[in-house]
Amino acid sequence: RVSDAANGDPMPGVTVVVKGTTNGTITTPDGTYSMQVADSDVLLFSFIGFKNQEVNVAGQSVINIQLKSDNIGMEEVVVIGYGVSKKKDLTGSVQTISAKDFNQGAITSPQQLMNGKVAGVQITDGGGAPGSKSTIRVRGGSSLKASNDPLIIVDGVPMDNSDVSGMSNPLSVVNPNDIETFTVLKDASATAIYGSRASNGVILITTKKGKGTDIHVDYTGNVSVNTPTKMVDVLDAGEYSELLKQKFPANAGLMGSASTDWQKEIYKTTTSTDHSIAIAGNVKKVMPFRASVGYNNSNGILDQSQMQRTTGSLNLNPSFFKDHLRINASMKGMLLKNNFSNTDAIGDAISMDPTQAVTGDAYEPFGGYFAWADSQGNPNANAPMNPRARIDQKRNRSTVNRFIGNFQADYKFHFLPELRANLNVGTDVSTGEDDGGVQNALGAAWDVPAYARGGAYNTYLQKKKNELLDFYLQYTKDLPDYKSRFDVMGGYSWQHFWKQEETQSFYNDPLDPDADHVRDPYKMTKSENYLVSFFGRANYVYDDRYYVTFTLRNDGSSRFSDENRWGLFPSLALAWNVKGENFLTDNSTVSNMKLRLGYGVTGQQDIGNDYGYFGVYTAGETTAAYVYYKEVNGSYQRVLVNTLRPEGYDANLKWEETVTYNAGIDYGFFNDRLYGALDVYLRKTNDLLNEIPVPAGANLENVLTTNVGNLENKGVEFSVNGVLIKSTDLTWELGANVTFNENEITKLTRVDDLNYVGVANGDISGGTGNMIKIHQVGQPVGSFFVYEQVYGQDGRPIEGVYVDRDVDGEITTADMYVAGNPSPKVMLGINTSLNYKNWDFSLSGRANLGMKVYNNIASNAGYFNRMQTSGQYLGNLNSDVFNTGFFTPQYFSDYYVKNASFFRLDNVTLGYRFKDLMSSKMNMRVYATVNNVFVLTDYDGIDPEVSDGIDRNIYPRPRTFLLGVSVSF
Amino acid sequence: CVNDLDVLPIDPSMDTSDKVYDSQEALYQGLTKIYAGFAVSGQKGPSGNGDLGGFDEGHSQYWRGYFVCQELPTDECVNGWGDGTLPTVSQMTWTSSQEHIRQFYYRALYQVSLVNEFIRQAKSNASAEWTAVPQYVAEARFLRALAYWHALDLFGNGIPFVTENDAIGSTLPNPAGKDERGPELFNYIESELLAIVGDTDDDTYVLLDPRKGMVGQADKAAAWMLLAKLYLNHGVYLAKVDNAYYTKARNYLNKVINEGGYRLIDATDAVDGDVYNVYEYLFLADNYRCNSEIIYSINCDGLNSQTYGATTYIINAAVGGEMNKADYGCGSWGGNRTTKALVNKFDNGDIRALWFTNGQSLEITKQDQFTHGYAVVKFKNMTRDGKPGGNATSEFADVDVPVFRLADAYLMAAEVDLRLEGTVSSANLNNLKKITDRAGVTFPTTVDLNYILDERARELYWECHRRTDLIRFGKFTSRDYVWPLKGGDLNGKAVDKKYNLMPIPSTDVMANTNLKQNTDY
Repeated sequence: RVSDAANGDPMPGVTVVVKGTTNGTITTPDGTYSMQVADSDVLLFSFIGFKNQEVNVAGQSVINIQLKSDNIGMEEVVVIGYGVSKKKDLTGSVQTISAKDFNQGAITSPQQLMNGKVAGVQITDGGGAPGSKSTIRVRGGSSLKASNDPLIIVDGVPMDNSDVSGMSNPLSVVNPNDIETFTVLKDASATAIYGSRASNGVILITTKKGKGTDIHVDYTGNVSVNTPTKMVDVLDAGEYSELLKQKFPANAGLMGSASTDWQKEIYKTTTSTDHSIAIAGNVKKVMPFRASVGYNNSNGILDQSQMQRTTGSLNLNPSFFKDHLRINASMKGMLLKNNFSNTDAIGDAISMDPTQAVTGDAYEPFGGYFAWADSQGNPNANAPMNPRARIDQKRNRSTVNRFIGNFQADYKFHFLPELRANLNVGTDVSTGEDDGGVQNALGAAWDVPAYARGGAYNTYLQKKKNELLDFYLQYTKDLPDYKSRFDVMGGYSWQHFWKQEETQSFYNDPLDPDADHVRDPYKMTKSENYLVSFFGRANYVYDDRYYVTFTLRNDGSSRFSDENRWGLFPSLALAWNVKGENFLTDNSTVSNMKLRLGYGVTGQQDIGNDYGYFGVYTAGETTAAYVYYKEVNGSYQRVLVNTLRPEGYDANLKWEETVTYNAGIDYGFFNDRLYGALDVYLRKTNDLLNEIPVPAGANLENVLTTNVGNLENKGVEFSVNGVLIKSTDLTWELGANVTFNENEITKLTRVDDLNYVGVANGDISGGTGNMIKIHQVGQPVGSFFVYEQVYGQDGRPIEGVYVDRDVDGEITTADMYVAGNPSPKVMLGINTSLNYKNWDFSLSGRANLGMKVYNNIASNAGYFNRMQTSGQYLGNLNSDVFNTGFFTPQYFSDYYVKNASFFRLDNVTLGYRFKDLMSSKMNMRVYATVNNVFVLTDYDGIDPEVSDGIDRNIYPRPRTFLLGVSVSF
Repeated sequence: CVNDLDVLPIDPSMDTSDKVYDSQEALYQGLTKIYAGFAVSGQKGPSGNGDLGGFDEGHSQYWRGYFVCQELPTDECVNGWGDGTLPTVSQMTWTSSQEHIRQFYYRALYQVSLVNEFIRQAKSNASAEWTAVPQYVAEARFLRALAYWHALDLFGNGIPFVTENDAIGSTLPNPAGKDERGPELFNYIESELLAIVGDTDDDTYVLLDPRKGMVGQADKAAAWMLLAKLYLNHGVYLAKVDNAYYTKARNYLNKVINEGGYRLIDATDAVDGDVYNVYEYLFLADNYRCNSEIIYSINCDGLNSQTYGATTYIINAAVGGEMNKADYGCGSWGGNRTTKALVNKFDNGDIRALWFTNGQSLEITKQDQFTHGYAVVKFKNMTRDGKPGGNATSEFADVDVPVFRLADAYLMAAEVDLRLEGTVSSANLNNLKKITDRAGVTFPTTVDLNYILDERARELYWECHRRTDLIRFGKFTSRDYVWPLKGGDLNGKAVDKKYNLMPIPSTDVMANTNLKQNTDY
């Protein structure tokens, strides 16, 4: 009988042959086999994904064998860049999260599966919109201007981080139910093999593959209810009316007589569903496969917002020539239909006068919706717009198709099995089509230009095509005589990124509503870039105690000139398996102890501009042309001339480089009942790609992306996982991780200058061009730069009175100071699971501590004058006005920089498992989950978790109640 | 495959310089970009592909920035928008980090860079058959001189100095001169202008004769006006008065007045159906028809030159309160209005006093309230017959910016007379009288410098001359003359004389270590 060493399950389909012959058989479904052999024969047992085993028959009549697994996805093997590694051989800071550890509940984006699970990884979703994008930061951002997104690689295909139009979350292409593991490569010794794209960490995603011999069918489905949690605290009709009469009696006549809660008008409770079915197995024992289809229908709490996603995937992983040639073919397709609704309604719902009714007979020209109009009956462009009309009268949809496919062949040479060749070709193509606008001439008063034009409509089409070719050779050799093992790998990679965007807008002629649509000129842009790389890695292990890894990558990018095109990215890592030393081998308390040291250089080339190093000319559009007049005998002819603009460039543009030092310890106690890791790191980014002021007159731009400045991140990560109780009926596991990260800009200018204040950034609502954040030397990236508010004896802020910090008797910009930043100093993740007989219970939560949020919702609506700015219309106020009593906006007061530390209980799940239902093969689990259970915070806005730290117009995150079932047979 | 790394743009709207300038027409598009750089803010219009980065694109438009610098700190205009530190401009308390001043600084020097690049490309790519190219180069040099003059007037002689001989991105530019009041930039602008009007030995690159080009195209008269402006203000720029320069100013003003073929727009231009007075014609959507008086204009067009700056800004920002924006063919941003110091300069019946007063108070007690101060309705996106401009529904204006016009030349000529001889010649007196006749007010018995300064305000308000005029007359910072909000005081007070020059933006002092900040900033 042949069984699986991991769980004792019988293994059917195992090949048993007499070594050196073609005599053999295959095990039956219960794992047994029988065959005639001679005493001197040697039996060879083999099965894909498991280690071969040889046994001398030596007179035995029953030979029971346990095969040990040896494959991707199995517990002890970890996917790394260009290959796999045994977990115990890892030298870098690498963490894997597999399906059983994923977050549960109404999860539509892959990122959410791992939120809070990995120390040093911060994931912030973009709000509660269906399928919204999550921002991932690994160990803080390493760049100011260039991308801070990690490199994500799905089944060996590196994703292009830039957005696919019409699809908020580029990772939506992967159905979360298809994901087997996430592997996060954090330190440079692990990531440097990806060279120029590795500075922000690398996340490798592998999807589930077929295994075993039987056909397995898995179905999971759920239905969820999404409810709004908290509304922005604005004045209701009664409070508003009273306040307006008191403060601005002259404008009281503008009020209506209704009582409308505009937020209630646009948010609602909705239901969503998700289904996916997967079939996995092995066709004729040569073609392991897994195919899945998923359908997700998510309805957002903002009325009409919806995402419908259909995904399909197929993985084939056959092997040939006795496992010498392994093929991995993987295809993922997605069809996404989005209705974005109109998120502008969110801002208007909190600024619209609550005394106005939603609709009325008097507003027929605006489609029946209330709108502020001027004396001529035209909509007032400056006034708040009817949020209900915004949603009902606008179409804003997208359709996205995306396909990712790759074919990987791994060949182990027949004459030299230590040598493997691996070829990977892949492609990622997508088309995103957006269309939206006001289609007909009936008035949409919230869109004044469209109203004036009798309706306006846009379409946008984006096509993207990324192609990949990787090839590498790997040589692995065991030298038992020398207690040594080494493997050497070298390869080549080529990638091409191409995109094209087309826009077309048209409108009805206001003077002739029956006329055909008038078209604005069609616009098209195209861009591409290439990456060509050579890479290599050498591992050496001595006596399973001492490990050395060296990697080197040479990257060439078409984004830089000949002189700066190539970047060399080395890394070195050392590990010491302390457990392997004599003094610990027999220690029963310590089951694992490994020290790691790593150093590496990584780069960043994602600067957003494909042609930044040489001069190009851009043709102007006909809306930015110049009109001369030719006078002929007293009449004037228009002469329209389009323009050509020379673009600025930096011929010396080059890579941004990040040097990372990492020291870590992996530990396990009590037979790994308690395990985890501790890492400390320092990351220094040099030659920051940054948009800086160019000396005036020196170039054709005033700001240019160029390499100047340094940045540092340092931190500590600690994770602990424990199996607190483990008995036949009851298991209780607890995991926690904590990250401390500190980020500091150490240089910003070519020449050190103590007077240099920094680079302003972070646009806020209110005024135009106001920026609340600054990149300043000695401070974290994007710190809030404000005046220090003076408070009266009653504890209330005094309007317009600030602390004269430089004591020069005047309040000038020199009195502004850094009042915190939006990056958490401490991040905590906690999760626990409890299994009792057939019941399972789990919860997970996160805390971010020590960061600030600028409450732009309060600063832009928390002052009395906003009620009646022009005397032509009214606006609602944020209730914070009662705390401040401000009459005019005080955008730059540190009063609005608020402590945003929070703890969020992300999900709670209770499940019950029916085993061996109906037939002996069917398992079923039913479960209930609550997502976004509660948030503990002092922050007074609706949600303290804001990805850029400026709280305005966020789509509120719903609370979700979900009922799900999964069936497998 | 490594060769894939050598890329060329695949975008049909992008090309490299050696390919793009393949014809004289293409070069003309490059020249037009320089003209358009004074009118719009980028390549998309009204925003989306801006020429300058790091600013709100609407704010970064040339004439909007120039208006903020030339009008907001004077008695002619007040603004209290909460856009960054914009209120400090009207209060005359700006610092070297004031962003709107910074925007204009970068915009002006951007125009210089555009010209430098154009001249380099024109000289290296042009074929001998492209006979118009020398004239294009002359026009580009005029536009560079104009931008340099604005920069000299606002920021002084210490600004970065680059010409077509400085390659892109190679070095840190040197300041024009080491003293903020010094001769280097002045002399350069003068020599450039003298060359392109054909008054030097080298007449390779010469402008068209007056009124021989299109409306919006720079000709010799535009350069003569700019020379006269430079000479008239020489005492400020050089910190020393030399009568020889006044004589030179007189010389070029005489050319404008006598050789240009210009005349004031007057009653003879009026036809039936026109709903505005003849002075208003100069500031309407069809004011390209005023090319008998307007010597050089920055052409604006609501459809084809969309921007949130230029006259779109001047008009939209001036409409608010109880005003009906449809009367002005634009939107209503409610920001700019005027002070009583300007309003009180006008006699009753002066057709140039174009105010909207309903719901507006003459007194200003709150800077951020649009209704404090009279609204100014001088610029309107309406045609003479009362129809809105071509893109009034989208609130973009067709009104061309009158940069130089004959009335200004008349006033300058009279001022030169007064400064040289103490009296105004009879010819110039006669010209001054044409201005008051058109305005419908009596001509005064005596004309002195104070009259000239006040009459310049009446005739030329909101045309971006005021700050320069007040400084030339020594009244910008001093206590001799105050107006509401001068110095941040509702009644007005003197301010430090450092404000006669704008600060060089701190960003550039940091980026370019060759520069020196202006005194006391």
